[in-house]
Amino acid sequence: MSGTTKSPWLLHYDASSCNGCDIEVLACLTPLYDVERFGVINTGDPKQADLFLVTGAVNDQNKNVVRQLYEQMPEPKVVVAVGVCACSGGIFGDCYNIIGGVDKVIPVDVYVPGCAARPESIIDGVVKGLAVLEEKRKKISEAKS
Amino acid sequence: MGKRTIVPFGPQHPALPEPVHLDLELEDETVVRAIPSIGYVHRGLEKLTESRDYKDMMYVMERVCGICSFGHGWGYAGAVEGLMGVEVPERGQYLRVMFHELSRIHSHLLWLGLLADGLGFDSLFMHCWRIREKILDVFEAITGGRVILSFCEIGGVKKDLTPEMLRMVGEACDFVEDEMRKTGLVFMKDTSVRNRLCGTGVLSKEDAMSLCSVGPVARGSGVNNDIRSVSPIYKDLGFEPVLYDEGDCWSRCMVRVDEIMGSLEIVRNAIRNLPGGDVSVPVKGNPPVGEYVFRVEQPRGEAFYYVKSDGTKHLERARVRTPTNINIPAMVKTLQGCSLQDVSMLVITIDPCISCTER
Repeated sequence: MSGTTKSPWLLHYDASSCNGCDIEVLACLTPLYDVERFGVINTGDPKQADLFLVTGAVNDQNKNVVRQLYEQMPEPKVVVAVGVCACSGGIFGDCYNIIGGVDKVIPVDVYVPGCAARPESIIDGVVKGLAVLEEKRKKISEAKS
Repeated sequence: MGKRTIVPFGPQHPALPEPVHLDLELEDETVVRAIPSIGYVHRGLEKLTESRDYKDMMYVMERVCGICSFGHGWGYAGAVEGLMGVEVPERGQYLRVMFHELSRIHSHLLWLGLLADGLGFDSLFMHCWRIREKILDVFEAITGGRVILSFCEIGGVKKDLTPEMLRMVGEACDFVEDEMRKTGLVFMKDTSVRNRLCGTGVLSKEDAMSLCSVGPVARGSGVNNDIRSVSPIYKDLGFEPVLYDEGDCWSRCMVRVDEIMGSLEIVRNAIRNLPGGDVSVPVKGNPPVGEYVFRVEQPRGEAFYYVKSDGTKHLERARVRTPTNINIPAMVKTLQGCSLQDVSMLVITIDPCISCTER
């Protein structure tokens, strides 16, 4: 089971970001940063994902999508809010259609700041998320035994 | 007639880079009708102009889209400058063109990578994004940001470039050109790429015109609506529009490959002919009562900026008409009658930028 922390699979969803953070999340996977060498894989399927990376704030139209994706992920799971919009709403916090940060809809474990969040800080956030994932995994196996 | 099935596609889908939802009405494997629904990324940022100072609004407008962020900043600044009668110094104009073309190169390389990813050609995806990082290094060295630059301001640009910085831009151009001579050939000649793209999703010239498509989608069907053709500064820098006549996915792809080469030439000419003087003029006071329209050719097509002022420091209205929004009818048209496996290719080749579309 600890294989999940050695080779975590990511699910990325663009809630209502300006694409700035999205392309930085993708940039983490491409040659300059290349997190795939650590076994991190970007999957499109929530049922196979361990980490959920959300970029952008939540609005009325997509809050159900975010919630559904979260619920489809198997336990243990970790949510990483990437970028200041996902943390608190950021520059769009005052917009009429924005509810606020991702934590208004689903529980968030790690907050990554920045507008746009830099690839280095996204990778750092994922590494912090892995520690949380390991803790959650331990709790689940203790509850079972 | 077969039984009709409705397949939901998106907003979250492994083949989709952006959250857009399509209801595909299928007859066996053929798409009969596609009904798009949007709103997953709507923020309502145009409304913020009522509570933000017109200068602060610049930072909001740059975040219409993180990929063509510089162009959106330029468009808004251009509209406000027109309203206030501000004349940007020539050096500032050249630097704006230079940065906008560098953004176009990075945006097109990003898109070529996504296309390769959609094709299942992963090594090509990685190569495109590796080349693109060189442009981002230049952005980071000059402005401090990788994607959101905040380099443009009302009245010009924020800072002047030193000779070392200009040399760095030139070297990045050389690097991208060398690499694109090899990578561009893959898109042009590779059998697996051609088999997938040639003849897929043909948009005729008449349809492109009647559906008002813009940008590489229109130019891939032989319609020249590149507004850089009518700009005097681009004419001085040797701009030539890129046109392909086939109207299929491949020609839309090749338009972008060739535009990267064209943009490299424009950036080089801008470095060579860069005039001296200031890069910006100070702008004081509130915009006068009135309205103004400004257009910028974004990587995805023509974007249209409208501002209306009532004489206070808050603009009454700021509006952006973005290219992806305009291209959705053309996408729906090409989706009709295509086979289900081509849907992701067709959605990708209009280069959807949903955060522009919905703002």
